[in-house]
Amino acid sequence: MAQLSVEHLSKTYPNGVTALHPCDFAIERGEFVVLVGPSGCGKSTLLRMIAGLEDISSGQMRIEDRVVNHVEPAERDIAMVFQNYALYPHMTVYRNMAYGIRNRRVPAAEIDRKVRDAAQMLNLTEYLDRRPAQLSGGQRQRVAMGRAIVRDPALFLFDEPLSNLDAKLRNQMRIEIRALQQRLGVTSVYVTHDQIEAMTMADRIFVMNAGRIEQIGTPAEIYHRPASTFVASFMGAPPMNLLRGHGTGTGAVMLSGGLQLDLPMPTDAGRDLVLGLRPEDMRLSPDGPIRFDIQIVEELGATRLLHGQLSEQPFTVAVSKETQAGPGIARLAFAPDTASLFCGQKGHRL
Amino acid sequence: MKRARFHHRLLPVLLLVPQLTIIVIFFYWPAWNAVQSSFFLQDPFGFGSQFVGLDNYSRLFRSAEYMKVARFTLIFTLLVTGFSLGLALLLAVKADKVIRGARTYRTLLMWVYAVAPPVAGLIGVALFDQNIGAMTRLFSGLGHDFRLGVNYLDTAAAMVIVSVWIQTPVNFIFFLSGLQSIPQGVKEAALIDNPSGLRRFWEVTFPLLAPTAFFLLIINITYALFDTFGIIDTLVKNNPASNPMTLVYKVFIDGFRGNDIGGSSAQSVVLMVLVLILTVVQFRLLERRIHYT
Repeated sequence: MAQLSVEHLSKTYPNGVTALHPCDFAIERGEFVVLVGPSGCGKSTLLRMIAGLEDISSGQMRIEDRVVNHVEPAERDIAMVFQNYALYPHMTVYRNMAYGIRNRRVPAAEIDRKVRDAAQMLNLTEYLDRRPAQLSGGQRQRVAMGRAIVRDPALFLFDEPLSNLDAKLRNQMRIEIRALQQRLGVTSVYVTHDQIEAMTMADRIFVMNAGRIEQIGTPAEIYHRPASTFVASFMGAPPMNLLRGHGTGTGAVMLSGGLQLDLPMPTDAGRDLVLGLRPEDMRLSPDGPIRFDIQIVEELGATRLLHGQLSEQPFTVAVSKETQAGPGIARLAFAPDTASLFCGQKGHRL
Repeated sequence: MKRARFHHRLLPVLLLVPQLTIIVIFFYWPAWNAVQSSFFLQDPFGFGSQFVGLDNYSRLFRSAEYMKVARFTLIFTLLVTGFSLGLALLLAVKADKVIRGARTYRTLLMWVYAVAPPVAGLIGVALFDQNIGAMTRLFSGLGHDFRLGVNYLDTAAAMVIVSVWIQTPVNFIFFLSGLQSIPQGVKEAALIDNPSGLRRFWEVTFPLLAPTAFFLLIINITYALFDTFGIIDTLVKNNPASNPMTLVYKVFIDGFRGNDIGGSSAQSVVLMVLVLILTVVQFRLLERRIHYT
């Protein structure tokens, strides 16, 4: 049974701006879904609509088969972790965590047990009597998590919860949140603009752009079969190389720099196309069919990025640290089934 | 904070002199004079004075009239503080929720702030005028013959109403900015955690407003005790007779109308002690307790 499902859900602000174009999707019980996209893409709006903090302009939303379009946030059986933690500054850690269930006629003994269990799980036991101001960023983040856990909701909502932490703590909390979610089995919707968080944490990723969901899929699907040039360029670091060209009608692409590449798929003659090639799918080979003019070499330790020109278009190749390469002319080869082909006008996958 | 360092010994002293001069001339010197003259009985025509020790004070606390004024001041302060804080909080909470036309609405609520107390008193006199006053007519419509300056309770009510009217906008501005400085996320977290709007207000919003509310409480008590002088003076037309008045107004009446400099000075000293206590309470008890970050 779907934990959260929406039909034709959309959001238009009174000033006429459409923050979310009509969309349909269902999230299964226990799933960890990540909404990812650049700022202003509508991902936070969608999350806040699920939370009930934004009105729904049209369409229908159900949580556990109950239509919640006009249900108050507190009645939706959800818990939310905010970007800036949103802890109550005047309450101790204990009261912060207990506040949500204290308002729901839960017996005092049970509240105490739940709060202490959650505190134990999050290593917060010794901080229960402190105020949020006396905690570090990571600890506040944990309290915010604890507040959600204690509620034991049908749905966890995360609004960029790690963006205020430093890089090291972010990596650690990323793993902790994922482990916790798997242990508790609570369905979660997680908003982020960080594609690494999306790739590493999600069961399924929703890639959003300009108020639309561009693609829904597992991290592997999103990575290997991006549905559009936007998804291809947004997911993956370094991003997929996108080369402009047109079809020859004979299963090949003529790149705009004059280089022709054979592909195992039909290409309409004269049609504008974009060819997508992942930097790490390319390999240097002395008798490869492609001429690549290396201009800059970036050392990343485990890998080495070669930036340069391919058929007069910018191109990047990632090679392992064992492969030696320097500026100059090199030859490239790639497995044709790793290539993605997109419509040159609309950007969708062909 | 950055600490300034002076190479010359005299410079910091020189920089302090203007401020200190003002304090000495307008506070320490008159205060010292008041303390001094509170121990003397002055000749009403200024031909000398006689040391009477604590007589002025004991006379004060035995005086039924002084106690009556003290009681009125207490009730007046409670009413003015309570109503102007309560009303302002209510208006601020409502204004905080207004989205369309918010600025116009807020300006309308704030402009009274610019009216000086004696002017407010004059407007009050006009509003409560026996013949043309709008408030008088309103009361008579309700079946009450409102007589400002004649009926003790009517005059007291007019004083409270005008004082509250003047002070509410100040409180409103502070409460509104206090409400707007509560992080959006905290309000939304409360929205998710607590289904009851009223309890959300008292358990989350109000505690976060507490530093503002406390600051305003002190400001309002001081206002009701001292700054309402102008309003009272205009409403009783400089001639209180048997009308209600506050302790500060009595200092003026006894000193400058009754020519009882000694008694009036003793009253001033009592008020000074009162302010001192208020200040100590402010700094000690509450400044320390109501801060979160």
